[in-house]
Amino acid sequence: MDVLDLARWQFAITTVYHFLFVPITIGVTALIAIMQTFWHRTGDDHWLRLTKFFGKLFMINFALGLVTGIVQEFQFGMNWSLYSRFVGDIFGAPLAFEALLAFFLESTFLGLWIFGWDRLPKKIHLASIWLVHIGTVFSAFFILAANSFMQNPVGYTYNAQTNRAELDDFAAVLFNKVQLVTFPHVVLGAYMTAGAFVMGIALYHLRKQALDKGPDISMYRKAVRFGAIVALVASIGVLVSGDVQGKVMTEVQPMKMAAAEGLYETRSGAPFSILTIGSLDGTAARPILEVPGLLSFLGTGSFSGEIQGINDLQAADKAEFGNNPQTASASYVPVIWMTYWNFRLMMGAGFLTMLFAAMALWKTRGQGVVTSGMWKHIAIWTPLLPVLANSFGWIFTEVGRQPWLVNGLMTTETGVSTSVSATSVWISMIIYTLLYGALAVVELRLLLRYIQPGAVPVEAPKDPADRADDEPFVFAY
Amino acid sequence: MSDLSTLQIVWFVLIAVLWIGYLALEGFDFGVGMLLPILGRSHQKGAAGAADTEARKRVMLNTIGPVWDGNEVWVLTAGGAMFAAFPQWYATLFSGFYLALALILVALIVRGMGLDYRHKVDSDTWRKRWDLAITTGSFLAALLWGVGLTNIVYGTPIRPNPDVKGDYFFDGNLFTLLGVVPLIGGLTFVGLFLTHGAFFIALKTDGPIRQDARALGIKTGLVTAVLAVVLLLAINLRHGSLVSWIGTVVAAVALLGGIFMATKGREGWAFLGTFVCIAFAVVAYFGALFPNAMPTTLADGADLTLAAASSTPKTLTIMTWAAAVFTPIVLLYQGWTYWVFRKRISTKNIPAPVSVGK
Repeated sequence: MDVLDLARWQFAITTVYHFLFVPITIGVTALIAIMQTFWHRTGDDHWLRLTKFFGKLFMINFALGLVTGIVQEFQFGMNWSLYSRFVGDIFGAPLAFEALLAFFLESTFLGLWIFGWDRLPKKIHLASIWLVHIGTVFSAFFILAANSFMQNPVGYTYNAQTNRAELDDFAAVLFNKVQLVTFPHVVLGAYMTAGAFVMGIALYHLRKQALDKGPDISMYRKAVRFGAIVALVASIGVLVSGDVQGKVMTEVQPMKMAAAEGLYETRSGAPFSILTIGSLDGTAARPILEVPGLLSFLGTGSFSGEIQGINDLQAADKAEFGNNPQTASASYVPVIWMTYWNFRLMMGAGFLTMLFAAMALWKTRGQGVVTSGMWKHIAIWTPLLPVLANSFGWIFTEVGRQPWLVNGLMTTETGVSTSVSATSVWISMIIYTLLYGALAVVELRLLLRYIQPGAVPVEAPKDPADRADDEPFVFAY
Repeated sequence: MSDLSTLQIVWFVLIAVLWIGYLALEGFDFGVGMLLPILGRSHQKGAAGAADTEARKRVMLNTIGPVWDGNEVWVLTAGGAMFAAFPQWYATLFSGFYLALALILVALIVRGMGLDYRHKVDSDTWRKRWDLAITTGSFLAALLWGVGLTNIVYGTPIRPNPDVKGDYFFDGNLFTLLGVVPLIGGLTFVGLFLTHGAFFIALKTDGPIRQDARALGIKTGLVTAVLAVVLLLAINLRHGSLVSWIGTVVAAVALLGGIFMATKGREGWAFLGTFVCIAFAVVAYFGALFPNAMPTTLADGADLTLAAASSTPKTLTIMTWAAAVFTPIVLLYQGWTYWVFRKRISTKNIPAPVSVGK
């Protein structure tokens, strides 16, 4: 493999891995903040126990999200130096803003929240977790603004003298139309992920308690219902924002929409296939189940709308971009089977999550509990499904952008670093992959270990004023 | 330098400030990490000694527990600011110092995981492994930041890219970075962070560990002072400017003053001494660097100047507004965190280890 392939693999591996942890961080901080707020308002000990329980699980997860995040910021410069120099005038600012406005807020107040149970006044301690959550949302906003520029570059002009894209209108970059639909889609996806996380784990304990006639049935029922409501409401939001996203995509990245279906010929009333067998190269695809006009509806809002096909788009791109070395490419078509299947897997995982959340809500109404073996499987799968959906969605979005690094402006192959050898990328990739793999095993085992005992009884935190200087801390490293 | 705009100079200074923030804050985190096996060791023998050793280690880790993550954000901000304000600097530097940075990332990853996970399982093997991760991670990061930053200032093989207009690239490999002066830079950073960490522990703890930390900091401080003088003289003789000389003198005085204050038992002043020393060492580095972003060592190369590396005035203006509004806010709440956790920690504050599942 050459440097380009290696750099792409490295970005894919490190980014997909990092993003396993990110949505849980964004979403669970909100859910923990809400649970802690419930405890403040009602004094109900259950909410305190749940806050502390999910707080511990969150911290196990956050550690990995944090350390793998540094790699993300560095690797633009490390592996993509020509990209960084070409778009730095535009792309760098959101990253700097993210660090200054979001990361400081997140990490500083997380430290206060974790260590502050007995050292901060109650209200300030509660405010801390809310500020952590606000930090994560800011972070999502800025990084998605940066990504949206790559999908749909706006607010810039090309300067031939400096040979780079330069900022023209920062507001246009921050409120790019792709960003305006992507940001809600991703953040709602994070809430859905977190709702499913809480619901699944609580469901597991609810079933255990129901079978053992344990004392905490009502606490876990609350948690199941809370998680399920969040997951259900958020997933409806994900669906709506995703629908709008499809229409924006059809407009700004028609090739990606065509690739999502493997639609080769331009047509009106284009169908959407649920499943396909055979190859997706335009010769032998055999859809198993097709919904007439649905692709047109997803892309244009009308069942009879016209969707441009891959062949026409390829010809048009060739004519428009083929003569400039920075935009020339043999093919302007992404890898179709990747876009086709990731698009469907994303939606499928999302719909299943919705279904499970609705089922859990129905089953736990009144004094309802779950006991059957099926619910154990649902408990295990519910937290995993949205995590998978997040990955599938991003793989679709990023693979679907290819061969572009910045849509219509710079191909991926022209963005790779000048001075980095394939050996260097190999070395770093092997190290990261082994390290990430080992850490995943450690993290998963630790998570399971901490899930097992459940939300055990805890002492109410002391007022800092009542605490003696040489007393042991409630939480310490 | 006449072709540099005020905004470009402002951003060069701000990036120096961000590096000061990072090195002066995370510096003591690294120091605490490196000192874990040394200052952690109890004076007692047998089973009581083993328990005391573990308690001492936990005291040390808890001095940085609530703040290390916030300290680390300074480097993300510095990196982001370099990307936004001087994209060509970010591009040339990060691609050029590729493997060194990859190693720094690995060091920061294992250290961070160690800090977050060490206390989560009550097992000696588990703790021993994460201790190793924290200590080696802290050491490697301190060493490599020193090597890397010294290379930037001292000069590296930089040349304009013949194929891409406006691009500059690093024409070397990992071994190019291992010159004598950069290696002295690495050792100096290690020594400085050890001293800084020792004085931080002396300031933040109580009991025998406090005395031990102070005594150790004085020793490492004296060794560091020698290294630092050699390093800063080497840099100044090659790239010296008025600012870099002033930075050098203030850094040296601050370090010696800090050591002196430690001998008098004034821990706050000792810590301030190493803090100011680190800050002015960065001033000396950036003073020597100006008006370049990366000077070249090649006869047929070309310096990457700040002017050539810079973003447009528009981007710099927007960034300036954001920095002017948000940096004071960050300083305020981060400073407040230190106030919240201001009390000294002793082994009495350390709760029993958590025991969850098996």
